[in-house]
Amino acid sequence: MLFLGALTLNVSLGSVHIPFENILSILSGGATDNPTQEYIITQYRLPKALTAILVGAALSLSGLIMQTFFRNPLAGPFVLGISSGASLGVALLLLGGSVIGGISAVTSGASLAIAASTGSFLVLLSIMVVATRVRDTMALLIIGLMFGSITSATVSVLSYFARMESLQQYIFWSFGSMGDLSWEELRIFIIIISIGIIMSIIAIKSLNTLLLGENYAKSLGMNVTRIRYALIFITSILAGSVTAFAGPIAFIGLAVPHLTRQVFRTPNHRILVPAVLLCGAILMLICDTLAQLPGYAFSLPVNAITSIVGAPVVIWLLVRKKRMMF
Amino acid sequence: MKQGTFPVLKTQELQLGYQSKKGTAVVSGLVDFELNTGELVAVIGPNGVGKSTLLRTLAGVQSPLSGTILLNQKKLNSLSAKALASHLSIVLTEKIPAGNLTASELIALGRQPYTNWIGTLSDNDLTVISDVIKSLDLESIKDKSCYEMSDGQLQRVMIGRALAQDTELIILDEPTSHLDIYHKASIFKLLRTIAHETSKAILFSSHEIDLAIQLCDKILVMQQDHCDFGDPCTLIEKGSFKSLFPSDLITFDTQTGSFRIQK
Repeated sequence: MLFLGALTLNVSLGSVHIPFENILSILSGGATDNPTQEYIITQYRLPKALTAILVGAALSLSGLIMQTFFRNPLAGPFVLGISSGASLGVALLLLGGSVIGGISAVTSGASLAIAASTGSFLVLLSIMVVATRVRDTMALLIIGLMFGSITSATVSVLSYFARMESLQQYIFWSFGSMGDLSWEELRIFIIIISIGIIMSIIAIKSLNTLLLGENYAKSLGMNVTRIRYALIFITSILAGSVTAFAGPIAFIGLAVPHLTRQVFRTPNHRILVPAVLLCGAILMLICDTLAQLPGYAFSLPVNAITSIVGAPVVIWLLVRKKRMMF
Repeated sequence: MKQGTFPVLKTQELQLGYQSKKGTAVVSGLVDFELNTGELVAVIGPNGVGKSTLLRTLAGVQSPLSGTILLNQKKLNSLSAKALASHLSIVLTEKIPAGNLTASELIALGRQPYTNWIGTLSDNDLTVISDVIKSLDLESIKDKSCYEMSDGQLQRVMIGRALAQDTELIILDEPTSHLDIYHKASIFKLLRTIAHETSKAILFSSHEIDLAIQLCDKILVMQQDHCDFGDPCTLIEKGSFKSLFPSDLITFDTQTGSFRIQK
């Protein structure tokens, strides 16, 4: 119910005012006398709402997996450096191009997505290589964080030399956006996220076993090495594709699993996985709606909203419940 | 339903140690020993003598340098992790990362090797779990979360989880550390009862030599240069405990079967 409410609210608001009855009739496939409104709804707002749902669900799920995998309540979808890799890819394209000069012409949405996915894929590959060498999961966490540091340093260096317009373009990308996807891009996005979700459902039993720690998991007959690869892969495609299509969205992946645990009060992933998908989608829809609200003519950066909503939630949880556990 | 005892675990010319680039670090020479069903066996010895290495090797976490370990007449290294999980369960000293797990959820995780792909508990699983809860007297705390439990309660729950895994052999690493003397004794007593009544073989490491002498069926005494294995009385007669620690501070009293501090 909450989900449907958030969805309708999200579709109803935007820079052009559309009467509520018209929205309902367009959504239910009925005829309208206003083709402009229909176009806005089907070609702009509906894809945007769908993107928000996918982004919220995917980030929250990969956050949940990372928190269980790293046995760390502060882990999120980006701890392995996925978003850093994507940022580096985009930075190299936008800023690097402008530093070298001349190549800055090719900066459409598609090329940004390609740069982002290449970046996160390369980071994923290096993480996999590192994972074969390092047996300790905690070391993997630290290495992921180090990847992040290297990236932000590189981005700083690049932005110091880059031209103003390129820098602005990069900053706009890093704000995150739900609104740039066409139906074709959405189709690819849906397929990738579905693969991630299906793999996560298969991994539910192993995730529950991992609640005991890796040594117990092994003694219960789990193939720890294989599960480790699988979990790294799942979060990478979930978080990586989100970053590629919508930019680096902060905080959702960290905050939603904790919120969900507070609501459902169980560490059992059979409940948590679907719950987290739903809560993530709802929260992302709300955040995106909030980003639309104030200006009417323009929308706020969605990344600012997720942080403004997400950070107090985490603080509130810690202060009120005095513990952040899983 | 005791049908005579048979060996669950057997070691042959086992050499323990760590292999590294610098060469091999060998842990003290080990005697061959075997564990039968219904036996409670303690591994004792000073710190750093290799008790943990022995337990890790027996649990299949690391491989021995040489020699063989037979689990139910089968070579340990020939068993897959999945097959091993139905023969051998462990209780470790490490903390459980998920503090929100309740006692019954934790015990239910012991059934993982038997559940389907998504971990649905069958009627049989549920019966096993409720039997374990009943037999360990955990009824009152079964809905309590781990972080709310005392160390003693948590240790009982962890033993319950191993019991739910329904294996012939349970290996415990120092199950009584952090516990007061009463709870130490009660865990020892519990392990003894489990071993004798369910004819499981239980092997554990401990620093509680006095309790081990009173309650264990057999003891493996590990020392720097040699090992002894046998029942407590024989070991006392043999003087195995005398040479365990330097005698300038503590000595072993053969009469009472306990250590005394030199004043």
